[in-house]
Amino acid sequence: MLHFDLRYQLREFPFVGSGDVPNGVTVVEGPSGAGKTTLLRLIAGIVRPQTGLITLDARTLTDTAAGTFVPPHQRNVAILFQEYALFPHLDVAANIAYGLRARKIPHEERAARVARELERFDMETLAHARVTELSGGQRQRVALARALVVEPAALLLDEPLAALDVATRKRVRSELAAELRQVNVPTLFVSHDPNARELFPGPAFHVERGTVTQLQ
Amino acid sequence: MRDGHPPNFADSRVPAFDRVQWNRLNSRTKPAVMRMAVVLAAAILVAFIVVPLASLFFHLEPRDIVTALQTTAAQQALRLSIVTTFISLAITLLLGTPLAYILDRASFPGRALVDAVVDLPIVVPPAVAGLALLLAFGRNGTFGPLFGALGIQLSFSTAAVVMAQTFVASPFYVRGARAGFAAVDRTLEAASRTLGMGPLRTFAYITVPLAAPALVGAAVLCWARALGEFGATIMFAGNLQGVSQTLPLAVYLNLESGNLPVAIVLSVILILFSLLVVLCVHTAAARRTG
Repeated sequence: MLHFDLRYQLREFPFVGSGDVPNGVTVVEGPSGAGKTTLLRLIAGIVRPQTGLITLDARTLTDTAAGTFVPPHQRNVAILFQEYALFPHLDVAANIAYGLRARKIPHEERAARVARELERFDMETLAHARVTELSGGQRQRVALARALVVEPAALLLDEPLAALDVATRKRVRSELAAELRQVNVPTLFVSHDPNARELFPGPAFHVERGTVTQLQ
Repeated sequence: MRDGHPPNFADSRVPAFDRVQWNRLNSRTKPAVMRMAVVLAAAILVAFIVVPLASLFFHLEPRDIVTALQTTAAQQALRLSIVTTFISLAITLLLGTPLAYILDRASFPGRALVDAVVDLPIVVPPAVAGLALLLAFGRNGTFGPLFGALGIQLSFSTAAVVMAQTFVASPFYVRGARAGFAAVDRTLEAASRTLGMGPLRTFAYITVPLAAPALVGAAVLCWARALGEFGATIMFAGNLQGVSQTLPLAVYLNLESGNLPVAIVLSVILILFSLLVVLCVHTAAARRTG
């Protein structure tokens, strides 16, 4: 369970919101520029709220009242960025291995876990490909593998389909949905696509001009 | 005249080519005339750069190379130049990299001022820089007695050469490195952090590799500027053979003492170094864009 109660000043309006995210996918919908990405950045610790509280399972990640702020690299919260943010100087395998390297996982176990992800996402032949040479759909799979291989305590996806062309998007959407249904940690799925809720019926948030409301 | 350079109609001495004739030129001729004018302008400037440098090679007698390089003065100048420029480069990398990084990323009071101060040595005449160093660190300078008490005399020493080079050349590295850091996608650094790398490891594994072409280019430029340093060095470090007489100073001294062939040989060596540098920078730039 992920709980947040946050206030953060954006340029034109304040971001204000609180809510609970159970295990499984919770859709975050709303127009672009409403503050959906801000919610993810606050939870990941990329930005600090003026006031607020974030707890994940039994851990307190942010608590401005108590002066607690766990830096992003100690949160174990993975993000799938909108444009995927793959490391262009590393190949596919090294991108996936990055989080394991950060956790100082021994080389052999690291290689085994990367191989498992490559197989799961059907990318064995691409292990040593440059990420700049991949198609949009492949890039998204690398980004998802890189995020999941570390077994994050929470997963945040920022418009994971927006960078894809229409034809790819249709195919990737169902693949992604199938993958995400197996992820059993609090997962926020940001999308301005109204179909996102058909894909993931269940709890959802709506964000409008910085104000978060829990749907259902 | 919308297309093409018009001839000078106001000049009555050129009646042979008047407006009627110019207008009669067809649409293929006018661009051709214009193109010739552009090519001519470009050629003049390129020739102006190439001709003096090439004439150094024309005046180079092969047997002078051997005799010049056999003199201890030339050997010492060559060795001194190589040693001091690499020391000043190392100092600049060590101190300039954090500076470039905070100038790009951090916001602190007086940042704009620091930014301007760092660029100053680029515009300050090297001779003025040398005088300033002398007044600060010379025997009778502000900090001279302090170092004197420790038994260190900075001015007119090899250390003074390194200081003069670092003073004059470091801004070239800091500027380039800063631009390199600015061009790194911040989302990639954020991605690295969320994947578990702390700020230092993110800097080492993401920021530096991605900025590497810019960092190398800036370092090479900085080294080349240090290699050519003359004004500040002669003011602050003097022109002592084996101590502070670097290649550019040796060129000057040999010219002054009527030893032109040695001056030419040393100049050619400097030009070859510079050529190498320019090639390095251009290849790095090409790799970055390509």
